[in-house]
Amino acid sequence: MNGRTEHGALELEDIQHFLMSRPPARAARYEFLTFRSPAYGRAWLMGLIDKVGTAKAVGSNQVDSRWVTIGFTWNGLQALGVDEASLATFPEEYRQGMAARAEILGTTGANHPDHWVGNLATPNLHAIAILFARDVAERERCRQEHERYLVQCAGVELLSSLDLEALPPFDYAHEHFGYRDRLSQPVIEGTGVEPTPGSGPPIKPGEFFLGYPDEEGPAAGMPQPEILFRNGSYVAYLMMKEHVGAFRDFLREHGETPEQELMAAKLMGRWRSGAPLVLTPDKDDPSLGADLQRNNAFTYGDMDPHGYACPLGAHIRRMNPRDTAVNMNRRKMIRRGGTYGPPLPEGAPEDGIERGIAAFVGCASLVRQFEFAMNVWANDPNFHELGKERDPIFGTQDGTLDMTIPKRPIRKKIRGLPAFTTIRGGAYFFLPGIRALRYLASLGDGH
Amino acid sequence: MATPGPARPKESDWTKPAAMAIPKEGYFAFAQGRYGPIFPKTPACHGFSVVAKVKAGREQAVRDYGKSIEEAVKNDPSVLAPLKLHYLRWILFDVGSGLHFMYQGIFDTDFDKYLEDAVALFVKTGITTVFVNLERWPDDWKTNLSAVVKFFREHQCPSFLEYGEYPYVTADEIKKALKLKSAFADMLDLMQ
Repeated sequence: MNGRTEHGALELEDIQHFLMSRPPARAARYEFLTFRSPAYGRAWLMGLIDKVGTAKAVGSNQVDSRWVTIGFTWNGLQALGVDEASLATFPEEYRQGMAARAEILGTTGANHPDHWVGNLATPNLHAIAILFARDVAERERCRQEHERYLVQCAGVELLSSLDLEALPPFDYAHEHFGYRDRLSQPVIEGTGVEPTPGSGPPIKPGEFFLGYPDEEGPAAGMPQPEILFRNGSYVAYLMMKEHVGAFRDFLREHGETPEQELMAAKLMGRWRSGAPLVLTPDKDDPSLGADLQRNNAFTYGDMDPHGYACPLGAHIRRMNPRDTAVNMNRRKMIRRGGTYGPPLPEGAPEDGIERGIAAFVGCASLVRQFEFAMNVWANDPNFHELGKERDPIFGTQDGTLDMTIPKRPIRKKIRGLPAFTTIRGGAYFFLPGIRALRYLASLGDGH
Repeated sequence: MATPGPARPKESDWTKPAAMAIPKEGYFAFAQGRYGPIFPKTPACHGFSVVAKVKAGREQAVRDYGKSIEEAVKNDPSVLAPLKLHYLRWILFDVGSGLHFMYQGIFDTDFDKYLEDAVALFVKTGITTVFVNLERWPDDWKTNLSAVVKFFREHQCPSFLEYGEYPYVTADEIKKALKLKSAFADMLDLMQ
């Protein structure tokens, strides 16, 4: 297919489902792979293409663990045999890989790639395969099936893997600190989905999928060739350990249960139930937290300019400044991911077991969307002119930074905020469309 | 390797005017930004001085932008707010090597951080179109952000000395202080 689709009807049968829909899976597995030679990598890919879930085939109301999601690092595209001319057309930040961008992202100190696990920081990381499953038992069945497949595939090795499970109770998604998650997502224009109040208008597909018009106009500056880039997306992967014991200890230092809940809310910008501080600054409101038609309907500049409700540096205010930032329709990202590790029971001391969240941030431009959010919002100590503060939940904290909580008559300032999370790994992947996957699998066959 | 550290040095004191000599490259230690090296904050905050040759016959076209920017700001005084500007100076000069244009801005945002927002603003207000009169400005500037970024970075002339009468103070802080002063003055008047 030549030329560009100006009007951008989404090719749902060619786009991988991962960023388009979220099947109700309670378990998942991420496998990080390396190819010993292009022929081996292509053979592995060829055997999996028919299992890759498309946006058309994978709906949001059932889990079919046949479906796989596949992505490649720049090194992975090279390892498959993509030619140098084509590789050179991919964006610089994707080529360098997330580990090389640590200074820009602010993933320094304890978050630095030197300390990452799972071989994610090595140049041998070529591909990720994501499996979703209805539950842990089903995931185990999938894992064994893929293990058998991998054994058959010469020259493709597992560098590391991560098993994910939803945390009970299962009535809504939440992570290890107890916060309700997945409350604010962009809606893609043309999908027929209605954005929830406060989530802004639907966003042009080109902000997330290559080859479509984006918020600034027709698709431009794409990598080459078209068959490779069209319907693809970039995702930034982040594995984040959550120090649940340290988090609970910190809350306990701040009074009895109601004050602790308020402190937890001030760090995040929402009560753990999901209710936003801007709408309910003094006490929690779980029914508001659960109501998607109300829990995202707020602004900052109009409703809370000084941060008396939601502190200026709180996590959700950094990750989405709403009406206090410009050009916001160019800063949207689609988030996916889940929790790993067993829950730490309430009242139990820190047990040293690895637990946390593994997240994917999907967009059409890593430097403009993901890296901007990390560099300018999360890890800039001068965000909102605060001077010495980073994101309290997942910014790079080394115990020397502060957190200001505006309050009448005098603000509260926490000095030396501890680190509640540590980044254990990350990578930049490209998720090709189905035609692109076939193209990659057939490289070297006289293409 | 430097990390994006606190923007205001610990020993800053607005009561003491300060000067800062800057190495030739424009920075003391290389720190990587999303689009290139980060230039440090100085007693004169952040800024850039972009110098480029004017295409033949375009002098008046460039000069006319003086009026159009004046109109734009008159119509909407907050139009340039996202740039967090203190001052702008646009200069045309010929010192023997042909007509050149200098765009000098002093502002509170790191050039690297808000580049996309600045370009989006320039496009919206029509400021970018002054640049089409400059040599080596990319033809596909409307859709090719990295080419635009490259132009600014290649034509940036870093300062080797900057001075600030009230070092590191942001435009927002100045306005807040003036607002407070005005409010106190009103209050004292009321108490007469």
